Order: sequence, then structure tokens, then C-alpha cells
Amino acid sequence: MAEDVLAGAPESGPAPRPSGSGRPFLDVRDLRVHFPTDDGVVKAVDGLSFSVERGKRLGIVGESGSGKSVTSLSIMGLHKRGSARISGEIWLGDDELVAADPERVRRLRGETMAMIFQDPLSAMHPYYTVGDQIMEAYRLHNDVSRRAARKRAVELLDRVGIPRADARVDDYPHHFSGGMRQRAMIAMALSCNPQLLIADEPTTALDVTVQAQILDLIVDLQAEFHTAVVIITHDLGVVAELADDILVMYAGRAAESGPAVDVFTEPRHPYTWGLLGSVPRWDRERSERLLPISGSPPSLINVPPGCAFHPRCPYADRNGDRSRTERPELVEVGPRHLAACHMGLEERATLFHDEIRPKL
Amino acid sequence: MNAPAAGGSSSPAAPPATEPLLVATGLQKHFPVRRGLLQRKVGAVQAVDGVDFEVLPGETLSIVGESGCGKTTTGRLLTRLLEPTAGSVVFDGRDISHLPPRAMRPLRRDVQMIFQDPYSSLNPRHTVGTIVGAPFRIQGVEPPGGIRSAVQDLLSLVGLSPEHYNRYPHEFSGGQRQRIGIARTLALRPKLIVADEPVSALDVSIQAQVVNLLEDLQDELGLTYVLIAHDLSVVRHVSDRVAVMYLGKIVEIGDRADVYERPMHPYTVALLSAVPIPDPRRGRSRARILVTGDVPSPLDPPPACRFHTRCWKAQEVCRTVEPPLEEKTPGHRVACHFPETGGAPVVELAAPAPGEAAEPASSRPPAE
Ligand SMILES: Nc1ncnc2c1ncn2[C@@H]1O[C@H](COP(=O)(O)OP(=O)(O)OP(=O)(O)O)[C@@H](O)[C@H]1O
Ligand SMILES: Nc1ncnc2c1ncn2[C@@H]1O[C@H](COP(=O)(O)OP(=O)(O)O)[C@@H](O)[C@H]1O
Ligand code: SF4
Ligand code: SF4
Ligand SMILES: [Mg+2]
Ligand SMILES: [Mg+2]
Repeated sequence: MAEDVLAGAPESGPAPRPSGSGRPFLDVRDLRVHFPTDDGVVKAVDGLSFSVERGKRLGIVGESGSGKSVTSLSIMGLHKRGSARISGEIWLGDDELVAADPERVRRLRGETMAMIFQDPLSAMHPYYTVGDQIMEAYRLHNDVSRRAARKRAVELLDRVGIPRADARVDDYPHHFSGGMRQRAMIAMALSCNPQLLIADEPTTALDVTVQAQILDLIVDLQAEFHTAVVIITHDLGVVAELADDILVMYAGRAAESGPAVDVFTEPRHPYTWGLLGSVPRWDRERSERLLPISGSPPSLINVPPGCAFHPRCPYADRNGDRSRTERPELVEVGPRHLAACHMGLEERATLFHDEIRPKL
Repeated sequence: MNAPAAGGSSSPAAPPATEPLLVATGLQKHFPVRRGLLQRKVGAVQAVDGVDFEVLPGETLSIVGESGCGKTTTGRLLTRLLEPTAGSVVFDGRDISHLPPRAMRPLRRDVQMIFQDPYSSLNPRHTVGTIVGAPFRIQGVEPPGGIRSAVQDLLSLVGLSPEHYNRYPHEFSGGQRQRIGIARTLALRPKLIVADEPVSALDVSIQAQVVNLLEDLQDELGLTYVLIAHDLSVVRHVSDRVAVMYLGKIVEIGDRADVYERPMHPYTVALLSAVPIPDPRRGRSRARILVTGDVPSPLDPPPACRFHTRCWKAQEVCRTVEPPLEEKTPGHRVACHFPETGGAPVVELAAPAPGEAAEPASSRPPAE
């Protein structure tokens, strides 16, 4: 396979951003995405900040409805105008996307940033061949002939591991298996060498053996092209294997964030403890019982006041009334490691070491 | 879920002297594929193609494997929601393989199924009380104290409130709906519950609630479970024995420890090595055995060993002679010409982070 298949696109490679701002490549500041509905305002994302450098992988974890997909669609500029109220800042290189002209965002999408969805079928058109769709994505941003675009489509399919790519390029999406469709969607997303790749549950619909192949592919391509990757998942195993940094979301906000190793080994938020206690660890001696979180995630129309996690948190009573009345801010609990909880840091560290970790 | 017969989790599982509750022999289900105006039969999906296993009373036997390998079809055969095209299912000493629905009805009390999707498996127009009480009405059973109080007891048993009796399914979260489904399943105190992916549609925190509930109910009521699941971590947590399916066949079956710590079939090894480990210090340095490509179609499965198209150990004999499911060590049966023997476990238990791991036996998917 050619080394520089993807480098065939004009302007590519890991060249550093010319900006002197010192700002991370993707920098999300106090993002809010609210949807007015008949039942009330859905505060899907409500004050979220995070950043990703090029060449790094951020894993966003959280239960369904915690605002992960809404966040990624905001970055991509894919929310319907009018239906969503978006505020805050999303910096991509030197562009701020929230206030930007939609035409500018449309250009950046595909050229600078691209997204892989959970369900490749819904993102691909059933009546066009896989090749046509990759060619279209490519030609939208590159002024090349059909022949050149087709050649590139074959190269891309080959690069993502589709066997006999020169023949399969003319297949329709439904001729592909789930894993092949996901590969084809990755090929499409990569057609213009994006500098930011957002993968929203890219392997949730796939079997584990195929999931392993796709995750490896994402890692390989990311290292090759120095892309910034945001990978969204509910699978703690996937982020543990893949992410440099982790952001744990709860009810539209960050509960905890930091380097993956720190968040997994020294977590400082009771919700993170709950997530870790809920998954059976098959790399350890088998525990007798899992430690579930009680209750279920809140409706984002009626987010509990104070700390949104308080109705499910076993420690909500330890902080006077604060957990019920005052929203905890994200504060530093270690180098680049943040958590939003009213409990004293010492108390959390002791609790985790004495009571939580021995049972994980 | 420890079977009473198997004792504590640390003792070696002694072969229980009890009679199996269920025996599947040569179980097969082929679905005809029809095409054209005349709906002529052009082939058959070999969804389940000759599987043999036993389920012991009080144990949890899990069936794992990738999408389309025949897990759900097997479950529906065991509960006689489907009729086998060959082979038999003997439940509690009685051959139920071809029982007509009427003859099956009294047995429905003993054999129940929990379905994957807590959203579509509950009738949205019925109250929780009606749904959970339905088995009593269908079977014409009048529980002592009346149906209402029996249903309220069931609701408390699964961790719901008796006040939920008059509410509708849409008022409940996914985890609560799954509890409603479980309460309905338990109404007639079945002996065997076949649970098809009971937690995979739920969030992780809720999955753990339901897993614990299923374990508690087993202890309390002496239930026997056949659990169908693709999440290998959950399966390890709850199972006494595990069967691994690939394209309609069982390729390996044994005690949990045999399958997880001493897997012998290359497919089991590959499957286990593909599961991500939720520990960034360990998962990354681990050797992964990547099988290439996807599972072939069950319409036209590869001949002889069905795994040979993806197996890194495949030899000529694998393409021509089907490997029988043979007992390799007591209770541990494997269908492979070249089983793994005594190699390192796929994942070291509780060891400090492994350093340089061995070379994967096969590398990345080929790009050609
Ligand atoms: N009624 C049917 N008619 C035709 N083919 C069927 C029918 N039911 C199942 N199949 C096919 O039989 C095979 C096994 O299906 P089954 O539902 O048992 O898989 P499974 O292991 O439960 O998969 P999953 O993990 O996706 O639930 C599949 O190829 C499926 O498409
Ligand atoms: N277009 C929309 N209108 C109203 N509510 C929405 C819309 N899109 C998403 N939501 C709500 O926002 C919340 C977060 O959704 P999402 O980001 O998709 O969650 P997840 O973390 O599972 O990806 C959910 O409560 C969802 O129902
Ligand atoms: S702020 Fe209070 S309720 Fe929230 S996580 Fe901390 S202790 Fe629990
Ligand atoms: S029989 Fe051959 S092809 Fe099949 S699993 Fe064993 S070694 Fe692999
Ligand atoms: Mg989502
Ligand atoms: Mg199934």
C-alpha cells in the first residue's frame, strides 16, 4: 500500500498551525446547547469546556442522553438553525465556529474536520455507490476530475482495509457488512485529510473482533496524519485503550476530566467511581457483586439543582446543603486533572482509596 | 451466579451428580430463503447447525458469539418459540422439540424468556399491572391472595414500587422497563429462564443494577439461566459455564475458568483478546490477536471448520474435515484440529501491567 495515499490531497501533513495564539487546536469554551421543546427547554449541553491538541485523542464518556452527540454535532455545525440555541465558543485553529458564518463552517467541515457516526447506513446514501459518495465528498473540496477522484476513492478504501478496493468501489452500501461500511465511512471522512476527526460511538454497532480492527485503524491513521481525535463512547474499555485524555460527562456538563491514566486510577468524582464500579473487570479476579449507581440519569428538561448527580450520589449528604443547592465548579485536583464535586479533596482521596478501590 | 452445585467461586467446580434440566442434542434450525414470484426455495440460512449442550439445574450457562452466529435462534429453540429443523430439546425429561402450542402451554410456566429490547417487548397500551399479571391470566392461575397482590409482590421483588401497578411502560426508564419484563417472567416461578441480551440495551450503571438483580433472584428462587450475550465481561461475571458460538456451531464450551483462562479454540482466543480492558495501563501493552475480515454469511458458510477463513492457524485439513466438538479436559469441549494448549492466558489476572507482550500471532488486517 502506498505510504502517502492520504497525503495525495492538497495541503496536508502535520504542519503546525501558523497561529501564535497558544490555544489548543480544538478549544471548546463554556458551550451551551439548549433545545426549546413543548415540554420545556432541553439543556442538552450546559457549560462544557474542553480542548484537544493535534496528534492527541480525547475520549468522551457518559451515559446515553448526557449530551455527547449534541456536543459533537455543535462542533461540526450540524444542528438545525432555529431548533438549537447555542452559546459559548468553539475554536478550531483560528476559527471560532459558534458565531461563524455557516458557509465558513460548511467549508471547514470536510476540509478541516470530519465525523464518523455510529450508524454508517444512516450517514450514507443507499442509492449511490460507496465510491460515488467518497468521490463527491472529495470533489466538494478539491477541484479534480472524476477520474482522479475515483482513483483517490480506491486508494482510500484500500487504505482502510477494504479487500479488492478497485472492485468494491462500485458497490452500494448495503452490499457491505457493518464493519466494511464503517471502514468506508472512515475513508469518506478522511478524503480531505481532516485535522480534527470526531468519532461518535464508531464501534458500538460492531462485533468485538471488528471493533478491534476499526479502533486500530483509527489509531494508525491518527498517528500517520497527526489528527486531533475526539472519540465518543459509553464503553470505558474503548476509552481506556484509546484515549490520551478523558472527559466524563453527566447531564450536559463535565463531571471529571484529565489524563486517561489519572481518571482511571485516581478518579475524584463519585460519578466516575460509579461508572468504574458498574463494569465487570474480566482482567481481575471475579468480584462477587457489581457496584451499580442507584437510580437513573435525569431528564435534561428538569436537571436537578445543585450538583446534577446528587439524587444518585451516596455522598450528597456530606456537604451540608451544598450538593442540593450549589452547582460545583470544575476545579483542579491534580496536574491537568479536573473534577466538579463539593466534597473536600482529601476526603475524596481517602474515600476512594479506602472504600471504593478495594471493591473495584 | 454460582450454581449451588458448584459451591463457592474458588472451589473447583465438581461435576454435579444432578440430572440436567435441559439437554439439546444435534439442535438445528435452517431458515429457508425464497426468491422470485413463486417463492422458490433457493437456499437456507444455517442459523443453528447442530449444537449439543446440557444445562444443569441452578447454573448459569452463557452463550456468547458475534452478531448473527445463532444465539437468539438457539434461545428461541430452547424455549420452543421456534421448532427445530433437526435435533431435539429435552426439558425436565420431556422432549419438547415438536410439541404443538397447546401441549407446550403448561410447560410455559417452567420455561420463560427475557428479551433484549425493554422498549418493544412491553405493550405500551397496557398498565404495568396488566403486563406483569398476564401470565396468571393466560395460564388460568389464581395466586393465593389474588393477582393484584401477587403482581405487587413481584414488583417489589424486582426493585420496583408496588405503586407502579397502574402506570404505563412509557413512564419508566430502560432499566425499569427491563425490571418490569423480569417481573413478568418470574410470575409463574419458572425453572428455566432464557435471557437474550437482557442488559445490552441499558446504560452501564443500569446494566449493573439488572445484573445484580438477576443474581439475587437466582440465589433466592433457585433459578436456572441460559444467558445470551455478546458482552464478554458481563458473561464472565455471571456465568458458571460458557458456550462460544461461531456461525451456527458451538466451537468451545466449558467452565468459566476454562474458557476465560485456558481458551483452546483460536476463535475464543481472538474474541477474548479483542475485548478492550478498562485500564489504560494494561490494555495498551497487551498483545491482540486480530482476526481479519468479518463473519462470513450463514447462507453459505465455509466448509469444514467454519472459522478457517479467518483463522491464523488454518491448514489444509481445516478446509476439508470438520473438527468435532471433543472433550479435551474434563468438561471442556473444543472443536478444532489444532487447539491452543497451555499457552499464556489471553489476559493475565490481577498481575501488574505486563511489560513487552508477545508478538501477536497474526497482525493487522491486510490492506490488499
Ligand atoms: N426468521 C428468520 N428467517 C431467516 N433467517 C433468520 C431468521 N431468524 C434469524 N435468521 C438468521 O439466522 C442467523 C442467526 O440469527 P440469530 O438472531 O440467532 O443471531 P444472534 O447470534 O442472536 O445475533 P445478534 O447478536 O445480532 O442478536 C442470522 O444470519 C439471521 O439473519
Ligand atoms: N434536536 C433536539 N431537540 C430536543 N432535544 C434534543 C435534540 N437533540 C438531542 N436532544 C436531547 O439532548 C440530550 C442529549 O442528547 P445526546 O447528545 O444525543 O446524548 P448522548 O450523550 O447519548 O449522545 C438528550 O436528552 C436528547 O434527548
Ligand atoms: S457535589 Fe455532592 S452530590 Fe455531587 S458528586 Fe460531589 S458529593 Fe456527590
Ligand atoms: S480447525 Fe483449523 S481453522 Fe478451525 S479453528 Fe482450528 S486451527 Fe483454525
Ligand atoms: Mg449519542
Ligand atoms: Mg440475537
